[in-house]
Amino acid sequence: MDVKAEPDRSRDVSQPLDKLGPDETLKANSDYLRGTIKQSLADEITSAVAASDAKLMKFFGIYQQDDRDIRDERRRQKLEAAFSFMARVRLPGGVCSPGQWLKLDDLARNYGGDTLRLTTRQTFQFHRVMKHNLRSLLQGLRDVLLDTKAACGDDTRGVMCTVNPDLSKLHAEVYALAKRASDHAVHRTGAYKEIWYGAEREETDGPEEPFYGRTYMPRKFKIGFAIPPSNDIDVYGQDLGFIAIARRGKLKGFNVAIGGGLGRTDQSPKTYPRLASVIGYIDADKLFPTIDAVMSVQRDYGDRLDRLHARFKYTIDEKGLDWIKAETERRLGFALKPAEPYTFTSNGDPLGWVKGEDGREHCILFIQNGRIINTPDFPMMDGLRAIAQVHKGMFRVTPNQNLIIADIASEDRPAIEALMKQYGLDQFETRSGLRLNSMACVALPTCGLAMAESERYLPDLVTRIEAILNTHGLKDDPITIRMTGCPNGCARPYIAEIGLTGRAPGKYNLYLGGGFHGERLNKMYLENVGEPAILEALDKTLGHYARERKPGEHFGDFAIRAGYVAEVKEGRFFND
Amino acid sequence: MTKLEFPGSALSTDQWTQVNQLATSLSHEQAIWISGYFAGLSHKARAAAIASDVAELAPPSQGNLIAAPATRLLTVLFASETGNSKALAQTLVDKAAAKGIEARLADMADYKTRGLKDEQDMLVITSTHGEGDAPQTAVGFFEFLESRKAPKLPQLRYAVLALGDSTYEKYCEAGKRVDRRLEELGAQRLADRVDCDVDYEEAAEAWIAAVVTSLAPSAQTAQSAPASAAAAQSREPAAATFDKKHPFQAAVIDNIVLTGRGSTKETRHIELSLADSGLTYQPGDALGIVPRNDPALVEAVLEKLSLPADAPLTVKQTMTSLGEALSATFEITALTPRFLDHWADITGAAELQALRAPDQKEARAAFQHSHHILDVVSRFPASGIDAAQFVAGLRPLQPRLYSISSSLAAAPDEVHLTVSTVRYMMHDLPRAGVASGYLAARTEADATIPVYIQSNDHFHLPDDDVPILMIGAGTGVAPYRAFMQEREARGASGRSWLFFGERNFRSDFLYQVEWQELVKNGVLSRLDLAFSRDAAPKTYVQDRLRRQGRDVYAWLEEGAYIYVCGDSAHMAPDVHAALTDIVAEHGSLDRDEAVAYLSALQRDRRYRLDVY
Repeated sequence: MDVKAEPDRSRDVSQPLDKLGPDETLKANSDYLRGTIKQSLADEITSAVAASDAKLMKFFGIYQQDDRDIRDERRRQKLEAAFSFMARVRLPGGVCSPGQWLKLDDLARNYGGDTLRLTTRQTFQFHRVMKHNLRSLLQGLRDVLLDTKAACGDDTRGVMCTVNPDLSKLHAEVYALAKRASDHAVHRTGAYKEIWYGAEREETDGPEEPFYGRTYMPRKFKIGFAIPPSNDIDVYGQDLGFIAIARRGKLKGFNVAIGGGLGRTDQSPKTYPRLASVIGYIDADKLFPTIDAVMSVQRDYGDRLDRLHARFKYTIDEKGLDWIKAETERRLGFALKPAEPYTFTSNGDPLGWVKGEDGREHCILFIQNGRIINTPDFPMMDGLRAIAQVHKGMFRVTPNQNLIIADIASEDRPAIEALMKQYGLDQFETRSGLRLNSMACVALPTCGLAMAESERYLPDLVTRIEAILNTHGLKDDPITIRMTGCPNGCARPYIAEIGLTGRAPGKYNLYLGGGFHGERLNKMYLENVGEPAILEALDKTLGHYARERKPGEHFGDFAIRAGYVAEVKEGRFFND
Repeated sequence: MTKLEFPGSALSTDQWTQVNQLATSLSHEQAIWISGYFAGLSHKARAAAIASDVAELAPPSQGNLIAAPATRLLTVLFASETGNSKALAQTLVDKAAAKGIEARLADMADYKTRGLKDEQDMLVITSTHGEGDAPQTAVGFFEFLESRKAPKLPQLRYAVLALGDSTYEKYCEAGKRVDRRLEELGAQRLADRVDCDVDYEEAAEAWIAAVVTSLAPSAQTAQSAPASAAAAQSREPAAATFDKKHPFQAAVIDNIVLTGRGSTKETRHIELSLADSGLTYQPGDALGIVPRNDPALVEAVLEKLSLPADAPLTVKQTMTSLGEALSATFEITALTPRFLDHWADITGAAELQALRAPDQKEARAAFQHSHHILDVVSRFPASGIDAAQFVAGLRPLQPRLYSISSSLAAAPDEVHLTVSTVRYMMHDLPRAGVASGYLAARTEADATIPVYIQSNDHFHLPDDDVPILMIGAGTGVAPYRAFMQEREARGASGRSWLFFGERNFRSDFLYQVEWQELVKNGVLSRLDLAFSRDAAPKTYVQDRLRRQGRDVYAWLEEGAYIYVCGDSAHMAPDVHAALTDIVAEHGSLDRDEAVAYLSALQRDRRYRLDVY
């Protein structure tokens, strides 16, 4: 393609609204996301909000959901669905203080059904929040300097950052930039504080959204920072990924990766997961101009007619990677330098205790599926609260939904360890390599998209797979397994060595062959099958792997070498 | 009976002789029953006669000789998960229009199922969701179609196009279900069902072409159904008038718990069939229920008495058994003063005797409150008494009245009730209200309930253009559901405002989705809610009334009628006090004037109570 030619612009923001999809009109006419949210909150005859407001509230990190377990029962009872809201905190890099932790814990107990959920984008989700408690929740977060801005919606989502506890200095530098990037890219509308804090509307000098305009982005836009050798954030799954390049332990700049994205739709071959393409290197001081340039290209050229085709990955594959890069450079006013060499070794978490280069200690706790809740035999939520009450460092939520108690002075370690033991938080060493590398999205009963169970089912399935691992002597081998209740990819199932995506109750697609550190998509091995077929397939392939693997060979690599699935070299070939 | 006078030309001499013979042989009760029977008969006969008159008297048009094609109604009904069915349905409507066939496009999501029996030609396009389920928006339609409520459809011609995904085990199952069920209901298949996989386009196009051809006018003429089918159907056997003594055995159509899980209550929605009964009612009327006692309670009492169920017994000159009498004739739950005295006499028990002392009134009341008949016969056994001795202390089992929560205009041949089941523990035994427990247990497929209509003239609706304020807590909302159904069906122009109270929003908002729909459609102008247990301080309907005092007063000044239904002990007086305050404040009246204002409303029958 000629990189100078102007591409087809029939589906982007240059078109009048009536030529674009209905969500574009909704955004444009919403008065910068205000819509009728205030009226919806005041409507006492329903626990839901108007459909248009439900869409706008995503920009404020809030999803309307309902308890799908009882949806049918309530319909027969002539009651509306049991609506509640999920609220997702904006927490760049997953870092939060003990004081913030205690507040989150309080809010979860008061308004969030006594549970917190760590997410695959390093933040907290509250579930089962009633409409009339939303303001109290968001004002409570404000008290500890947190908000829920842009945690969903057509804007920049929570900015991720590798947690590397062992590289303390580099982490501090990159994390600080990730946090600034989030504040830089987040929307500016005054609607948030008017609706949720009850503030008066203020006159603004100039446009209310100088970058986004009235129609925001065509679709969500995800930014993440990876610090090699860890690829815990799955940098290739981000719309815009930055791979930190250090020299002698100090940050020098970033390789820039664009166009990752994992969502797809069953039976729609035009949709596919795509791994990001590394297009060059920038010095650290060029970070913010680069974010603006890349995001503005997607803002201006992204497909605003078909939301299934609106992510940056499709814009790139439509216009051509070279053209996108050239347009980005044109907007930057300089050419990207060639990418610097780097090496990733894993996208998992090194669980247990780690000592940083500065001598401070860190403990990475395994939190199954990120679910923080008390059960009669495992008062996890109480235990973490007790730790937050004495901890002097920080907490970090990992992209694998685990939790780091970070930055502990050596003399404070015994007290933390005692609490971990008291509350049963120290059991991570007894778990299988598969379980420690397992990840599930929330799915049923609250997620409106789920077609099958995920969080409530994966632990049991893993137990059954562990029996297979034991017969083949693979208990301690790390193998990534990820499950989602639908094809949208929240738990990044398409870059797992074993991926499972829900099709119907009890039925999943089984994917094999993903790269262990997130470098390669997997491929469908079985379509729409139940547990017996899944276990039979894993017994066969894992048994074969145990017998014939080469030294150091990962299961995903083996599945391709042994011919179970073909290698997926690019996202657009995922469905071939 | 006295000899009747010959009423002139209304009857033939032969008929008159027969009537006269019958009349002289009847008891008073029999005569009343017969009069009702003939009234019902004449209603049905008249309806049938009118229907056949219309058919016969229709003037033969000139076109009659050429057999003009009868125009049949065509509905294209779809259920869509992703929009494919909807798009195909639209294509079908367009293709039909091109052939001169006008079709109505309908989405199962909002299809009014009571119109199904009037459909003539129907083409159904449905996808399948998950493992053989209907698309989520169509689950309600499927439930209706596959339930006992679905009408017979002999007049209907239909065809089904099923969309699916063959990677699922239950491929195209939703379409198969509709196809199967419509056949069961007597409908005639126009074309065989076609099942389409994810590459549905070609197969769907062929099916559309085929059904459109089969419906084209030339094809229609040959198959037009006899026009008098509907008239013929309405000639049902005539029915009698039913009353308290001769209740109608109404079939249970539906009996569900309305209150959601987690509720502190069990409030039921019960739908009964009045088909073939000739019974009619107005919104605001009540339904009489003739209950039977809980068989387990009957058994427990018999066991405590050591008497067999088949012990012979004569009640009002009629031979029966003790078991039947305890089931159907006598109250055997609550303890009455009469039974207490009776049992004290029979057993001579000192504790019971002591309660008879004049200074023991309070203790006696407390004892009655905390004991049922079963508890008394358990604690104070009487050896060797017979059936007649026992029942001598009992009072007759009374029918119970419930406000009707439906309108015949919306649910022809049906009557709906909204009943809170009384359940509690006493002395470690589960107890239930006599009638509410009886109703709650009537859930099986062939259950019937003996009913009659109790007119409630003072709680009927005013003229269509009069605004109404409806105030009700709990099941007190029942008549208002009937009111709104009636006003919606009549297209009444009068404004309406409901104040509803219960305990918890999430579980106890009775008929929530119906009220939401009525508000959306503008049939219900305003809706104010009070849920007493959701937040402190507790909020009740009277608090909501006060909060809206200014508008409430304005409505009264504009001629609104006020209806209050529900609890008589607390709610009605509290509402009355609130109304008095509102009238005083917003009408700038002193207390006496405000009281007089409300008294005048009552005198003018604009302030109506139905409390219990």
